[in-house]
Amino acid sequence: MIRVQLPYHLRTLTGAGDEVEVEVKVAVTQRAILDALEAQYPVLRGTIRDHVTQERRAYLRFFACKEDLSHQGPDAELPEAVATGEEPFKVIGAIAGG
Amino acid sequence: MSGVRVLVGTAKGAFILTADGKRDKWQVDGPHFGGWEIYHMKGSPVDLNRIYASQGSDWFGQVTHRSDDGGVTWDTVGNEFLYEGTPGTHAWYDGTPHPWEFKRVWHVEPSLTDADTVYAGAEDAALFRSTDAGQTWKELPGLRGHGTGPDWQPGAGGLCLHTIILDPSNEDRIYVAISAAGAFRTIDGGETWSPINQGLNSEYIPDPEANVGHCVHRLAIHPSKPDTLFMQKHWDVMRTDDAGDSWHEVSGNLPSDFGFVVDVHAHEPETVYVLPIKSDSEHYPPEGKLRVYRSRSGGNEWEALTKGLPQKDCYVNVLRDAMAIDTLDPCGVYFGTTGGQVYVSADEGDNWMPIVQDLPRVMSVEVQTLP
Repeated sequence: MIRVQLPYHLRTLTGAGDEVEVEVKVAVTQRAILDALEAQYPVLRGTIRDHVTQERRAYLRFFACKEDLSHQGPDAELPEAVATGEEPFKVIGAIAGG
Repeated sequence: MSGVRVLVGTAKGAFILTADGKRDKWQVDGPHFGGWEIYHMKGSPVDLNRIYASQGSDWFGQVTHRSDDGGVTWDTVGNEFLYEGTPGTHAWYDGTPHPWEFKRVWHVEPSLTDADTVYAGAEDAALFRSTDAGQTWKELPGLRGHGTGPDWQPGAGGLCLHTIILDPSNEDRIYVAISAAGAFRTIDGGETWSPINQGLNSEYIPDPEANVGHCVHRLAIHPSKPDTLFMQKHWDVMRTDDAGDSWHEVSGNLPSDFGFVVDVHAHEPETVYVLPIKSDSEHYPPEGKLRVYRSRSGGNEWEALTKGLPQKDCYVNVLRDAMAIDTLDPCGVYFGTTGGQVYVSADEGDNWMPIVQDLPRVMSVEVQTLP
């Protein structure tokens, strides 16, 4: 299972805890994780990536294994530690606005 | 016993304020959706337990909620607002073409006849309708597509459709207002639209009397006189008596004809309320005095309503969706400020008291009159 950590406001939408688990049966990429996450929590559709373009919202970042993976392509494979569940895939809300 | 439920949208969540018909003792419930910007909430006149809420965020985009129990619990409903067809372009701040991009819902307007039908006014300006209680949304593309859309330019707050008036006498007639494009009307239920800006004069656009380009801040109507509308424009308070075909100014003796809100008394169609703001540069009340102005003559002659409102050192603003009027007798008038105060007058504006004083920045105020 893939571990996904969500920022506070998205946790309040899902009603889940700090971390959720999703199952990805294909290569573990940003797109695959987000597809699985949105299938499990439809309320998240449109909140992490745009409905139409599927692009990451500008004030969100994707971190894992102490790296900022935000600018990787959505179909680039993620580190093995994410795929095995050893490390979480983190959706981070940018600190902005004071 | 009758009562009221006041729906307050703020920059950091939603609050629900309730009182009985005396409107002197209040219960405050909230925050709902703590930390989220709540642009607007409004209840269905058909089913008072049905409330729609628009929640927006620069981080997480648009989220829409519906309550079926008067705001006790909420369900997340559809947030997919897609422009019909190829969206095309509108004018950007510098006049160059700019693609239409959905950003947020500014205003939700429940149908007057069907609790499952609700309209949403969006930025970039477009009108959407849901007929399944908010689960799915469909644009009414005749508005953006009627011909002037490519010329619409955003105001300082964005290119937003912020006002939706459903004519209670004719379900096919709808008015909307867009900053900074102007007012528009359909008479066929939203299929086709026309600008209704004749008589507006705006010195901040190259042709002050242009067909579109006016920064209309708010429209208001009384159900018993559906051909009469009042408008708070960027500058000027305006009035039409022919359903928007022509407008004339009724600013009269106001200390400033700039402002955001305008509303009409529940039982007197010629009694109108505005809240003058000093200017479009300062965005606070003239002389630091928070004054609602009331006209009992449909405009031109205005009286200041000050009892209970701060009359010195007050530098808040009152945003366009932040005034509401209940239908009790005497009617209650409500408004919220950018300083987090929500004021009520239970006697048509003669006397005021704060319901709450320390909320986040108030973005919208609506009121439901309960049986």
